[in-house]
Amino acid sequence: MSTAAVARRPRSQLGPALVMIAPAALGFLVFYLYPTLRGAYLSLTEYNVLGSPVFVGLRNYVDMVQDDVFWNAVRVTLLYVVLNIGFQTVLAVGLAVLMHRLTKSVLIRGSLLLPYLIANVVVALLWYWMLDYSIGIVNAVIDAVGLPQVAFFGDETWTVATIAGVNTWRHLGYTALLVFAGLQMIPASVYEAAAVDGAGEWRTFWRITLPLLRPVLVLVLVITVTGAFQVFDTVAVTTGGGPGNASRVLQLYIYEQAFARGHFGYASAMSVVLFLILAGAAFAQMRLLRAGESDLT
Amino acid sequence: MKRSMLAGAVALASLSLTACAGGSSGAEPDGQIDYWLWDANQQPAYQQCADAFHEANPDLTVKITQRGWDDYWSALTTAFSSGTGPDVFTDHVSKYPELVANGQLLPLDEHVADVDLDQYSPGLADLWVAQDGKRYGLPKDWDTVAIFYNQQMVEDAGLTAEDMEQLDWNPDDGGSYEAAIARLTVDANGVRGDEPGFDKDDVAVYGLGIPGAGYENGQTEWSMYTATTGWTHTDTNPWGTHYNYDDPRFQETIAWWYSLVEKGYMPPLETTVGASVNDNFGAGKAALNISGDWMLSTYFGYEGVDVGLAPTPTGPNGQRASMFNGLADSVWAGTDDPEAAAQWVEFLGSTDCQDLVGAAGVVFPAITSSAEIATEAFAAKGIDVTPFTTHVEEGTTFLFPVTDHASDVHAIMTPAMDEVLGGKADVSSLTEANDQVNALFE
Repeated sequence: MSTAAVARRPRSQLGPALVMIAPAALGFLVFYLYPTLRGAYLSLTEYNVLGSPVFVGLRNYVDMVQDDVFWNAVRVTLLYVVLNIGFQTVLAVGLAVLMHRLTKSVLIRGSLLLPYLIANVVVALLWYWMLDYSIGIVNAVIDAVGLPQVAFFGDETWTVATIAGVNTWRHLGYTALLVFAGLQMIPASVYEAAAVDGAGEWRTFWRITLPLLRPVLVLVLVITVTGAFQVFDTVAVTTGGGPGNASRVLQLYIYEQAFARGHFGYASAMSVVLFLILAGAAFAQMRLLRAGESDLT
Repeated sequence: MKRSMLAGAVALASLSLTACAGGSSGAEPDGQIDYWLWDANQQPAYQQCADAFHEANPDLTVKITQRGWDDYWSALTTAFSSGTGPDVFTDHVSKYPELVANGQLLPLDEHVADVDLDQYSPGLADLWVAQDGKRYGLPKDWDTVAIFYNQQMVEDAGLTAEDMEQLDWNPDDGGSYEAAIARLTVDANGVRGDEPGFDKDDVAVYGLGIPGAGYENGQTEWSMYTATTGWTHTDTNPWGTHYNYDDPRFQETIAWWYSLVEKGYMPPLETTVGASVNDNFGAGKAALNISGDWMLSTYFGYEGVDVGLAPTPTGPNGQRASMFNGLADSVWAGTDDPEAAAQWVEFLGSTDCQDLVGAAGVVFPAITSSAEIATEAFAAKGIDVTPFTTHVEEGTTFLFPVTDHASDVHAIMTPAMDEVLGGKADVSSLTEANDQVNALFE
């Protein structure tokens, strides 16, 4: 084979490559890039969807800084993310390690994924009914054992934790599965060496499993944190943001401003801010937790 | 929803999709009129109307689409902006002013010039004339509120149906109305709310169940009390430009209302988040509810509960009061055939259709004679609807407040009322909310 042929090869593959990429690229352009750019533009306008956008400069952003409900939504969302990601990650790692070390049964491993296969809205409504103050089964049990009933969704002190718990229940199996996949990439020889050196399960977990799992864990965290910031459906079909503003998370407030109150410009501005928060959070996690490097060398 | 890496993509994508989709209302077959409504209970009756309309106008067919209230308005907005809105739709007084302001409704004046507006219950037709003096809807029905009570519980409390019909109320001690509610409240040990030893922290049956804090209008929550004090939501109605949530008469009434929670006669707000107020009633968790006539078939559908009806209590002005709301059918400005759409609206607003709706016995039609048919249809089901109709006969109704900025008012007053009824803020905090509301009109 001549050198000229080698040099030509990339050019000859460019055409097919572009054809292969085109469907995904088209989808990206139409459904992600264009909407994002248009959203950024709309954030500088006053727009109620039925009329035409009117350019107002940075006024939406100035309004946002002065909007107590917006800041409250940021606080509520952060609280939700901390609770949801905290519980979910710890439980998922625990569950994955149990799957990895204790069982080879596909049935058990598969059944852990079941909640994830139910639609989010269905899960939310199911728990909404089960946790109802007056006629929910959970409170019936609490009442039967003599404890005071709890208004899980209605009490301001409980509502965000309840929503975080419901979503943890649904996503736990899926998150555990991702972590489990990461565990399987850790060579068995490392565990054998640890066993030979007399390390117990506890020490093995902290010294072997967790450090070698780090790159996968970072990926899982970036995905779940990004998702958690966008919590919407569970709140929308249960509390609708109440009581008061206790569960009015950012995405719900954005939706309300846009679709219920007709302030699409202001809603776009908040979407842009949420975008920046998420991009920052993802970047910080990748950097601080050294996602690109593995300790396995 | 959980996995998108692109922040805000959901909101942003929906934004631009609605913004860039082209008009395509021409896609529907010729002679088809798209019609939207939200109440599934009423759909069969309106299908009868649609069939009768098609019979009278063989070249026109009505296609009915039903969507629940929660999705109805956002679906309408997106359909309008993408050019695929229904030709005709059921409209609400709290929503249509903004649609008029955005040029989405077709003025009906020239199309319905020959309709006799006097055939409708007084006041209903006026609700649908906007500030520009043009008509944007023809009345289709009306509603009032009344007390729904559990007959067995009332009997056990030693009260009679006559007692329930003659309750009086005032904001100071609640009158015989509060006394009845207290009597009907029972704690877990069987002690009644007006007896010594009543445990307000462990109540088994609340005297009065509530759906929530009542938003900006309090239609089934507090408006039947506030109106008897002489208070009105706005300076004028329709088209008021100043709200009155800072009025002492309003705040005193809400303070009394909240006192029922403190006394244990009414469920704390946090416990109302969940199962609907009517389902709690059906489950025997409350003895009284106040609700609208549109809920009649739901309440009377609970098995094992004998439901009684009573008019709302008389207040300080010596009269009862009920909010009076009426829906109408409106035509979308983007309709491809305004003539046909208006023809359907006119049919919906005529006895041809409203007699059919009345006979179904689910709601009171706007035409007086059709409403009488509905009263008979309810009677045939064993339901005496006098507590609802008495307001219309005695003239004790007041209209649902119609103003601009209704959705912003709703968004401000919802959390503000929640705070008060949740015990997180004093009624005086409503003055600040009122300032925010009135700032919208400046």
